[in-house]
Amino acid sequence: MESERDLMLDGNAAAGVLQEIFGEEMTTALTTCDECATGSQMAMLRVFSGGPGLVLRCPACEAVMVRIAQTPRGTFVDVRGVRQMRLPLPSIR
Amino acid sequence: MSERFVTRGFVGKRQDSGAAASRIPPGQHLVKDFPVLSAGPTPRTDLRTWSFRIEGLVKEPAQWTWDEFGKLPAQEFVKDISCVTKWTKLDTRWRGVSADVLLEHVELDGRARFVVAFSDGGYTTNLPLPDVINGQAFVAYEYDGKPLAPEHGGPARLVVPHLYFWKSAKWVRGLRLIERDEPGFWESLGYNNHGDPWKEERYSGD
Amino acid sequence: MKRTLEWQIATVKAIRQETANVKTLTLALLKWVPHRPGQHYDIRLTAEDGYSAQRSYSIGSEPERHGEIDITVERIRDGEVSPFLDDVVVVGDRFEVRGPIGGYFVWEASDGGPLLLVAGGSGIVPLMAMARHRAAVGATVPARLLYSSRSFDDIIYRADLDTLAKRDGLQVFHTLTRSQPEGWQGFARRIDDRMVAEVNKPFGPKAQVFICGPTALVETAADAAEAAGVAAERIKTERFGPTGA
Repeated sequence: MESERDLMLDGNAAAGVLQEIFGEEMTTALTTCDECATGSQMAMLRVFSGGPGLVLRCPACEAVMVRIAQTPRGTFVDVRGVRQMRLPLPSIR
Repeated sequence: MSERFVTRGFVGKRQDSGAAASRIPPGQHLVKDFPVLSAGPTPRTDLRTWSFRIEGLVKEPAQWTWDEFGKLPAQEFVKDISCVTKWTKLDTRWRGVSADVLLEHVELDGRARFVVAFSDGGYTTNLPLPDVINGQAFVAYEYDGKPLAPEHGGPARLVVPHLYFWKSAKWVRGLRLIERDEPGFWESLGYNNHGDPWKEERYSGD
Repeated sequence: MKRTLEWQIATVKAIRQETANVKTLTLALLKWVPHRPGQHYDIRLTAEDGYSAQRSYSIGSEPERHGEIDITVERIRDGEVSPFLDDVVVVGDRFEVRGPIGGYFVWEASDGGPLLLVAGGSGIVPLMAMARHRAAVGATVPARLLYSSRSFDDIIYRADLDTLAKRDGLQVFHTLTRSQPEGWQGFARRIDDRMVAEVNKPFGPKAQVFICGPTALVETAADAAEAAGVAAERIKTERFGPTGA
């Protein structure tokens, strides 16, 4: 709710929420911006905590790529701004 | 809701409401600062190219440049505001133009029932027309006696104090009159279409 | 790697003052798992009436230290959580955490090098985990740290960095941007192209670069690393808010 909330301002900040939603680590997922076709790893998207929710924007053209709202009715996710997402294969660790 | 583990000594930044308690909508708490929350980067619009429009279901759209907008009859407004993230701020002081004044410059089509406010950066929010008229909404360009700062929505933002503050679109550039409701940025992502804090209309289905 | 993130209780084992505004909390975790250096934990604080606040903090300690993690917190004026962590929390206190989180901004010795770490202010925390891990496993990967702070007294982990430098071959370059002590030999300006090129010189385009700090510093340093010939894919960044040097 103040500058401290934005302690991390890129996709790394959304890592916890993304892992909650997708069930796996998402920061290295490759995304393609639907607006300008720039490819970025999720960690590189610009994160804005809008209050009501999280907005992830393309680092190149600032278009909205992902919107997330966690409400008592459930988690709403809009990924229309992502043309394509490529998740890394599970690593053998 | 699941059982929460209470953290010893943590209260957060909330103020004691005291005598003001009756002015605070349910589920809200008082703050003294003015939190900055945003869905995107702060636009930096050149005032030389800034304009405000009223368009859509009107006989003729109306448009003002920054200079023209500044010449419209303006008022000071002191209002309480509430954000859906549960903070409430009392007695915020604004200066701006009432939506009623703006709407006097257009002739509404009989089909106009809703308003979409649109902003630089692509943000939108929707309101029923009855929530925008009769002194309930204004376009503010001053806050607390100073020009509205960019991070708070400057040069001008919509202020609709009787609804949750996500409806008070920052960096507003116009109002579009429409016949069928169009959920805006947060309304289309799980948030309430109307947003009355006194009825705790936070989420869709509330 | 599919893993559900679960909240667990962490207990404060120790508190150490790093600088005037910065403290390290050592947290013992019952369900500790080794983290990857660079990862963070989310912490959640809940008041009696149910009001809660959540923040993310990078892990500053190495995964070789079993059962516990260090988080290093900078007190932010008018903050909601950091003043609480600074003023109220004592050894024995408990709060909820979940993690470790992150997969992009991580480095392990097996990833090789040479390793260039660039930090501004509290951005040093995840890079410290990398440096401590490197020392703990005895890695010989060449490593250099360029660290920007406002003043000498604002250097977080100053003594530990000296120790790592002496013992272990981590080369540390400080830059102090606001004030320097008498006789100061290090850099005395904001990070720029020239400084990054100079520090990266022996590593050249093969460097693996990790940059963490306030947005402006991160962007400048990332551009500088590219200008010094490092390919964009070898440069990883993590932006913190408007704090730090």
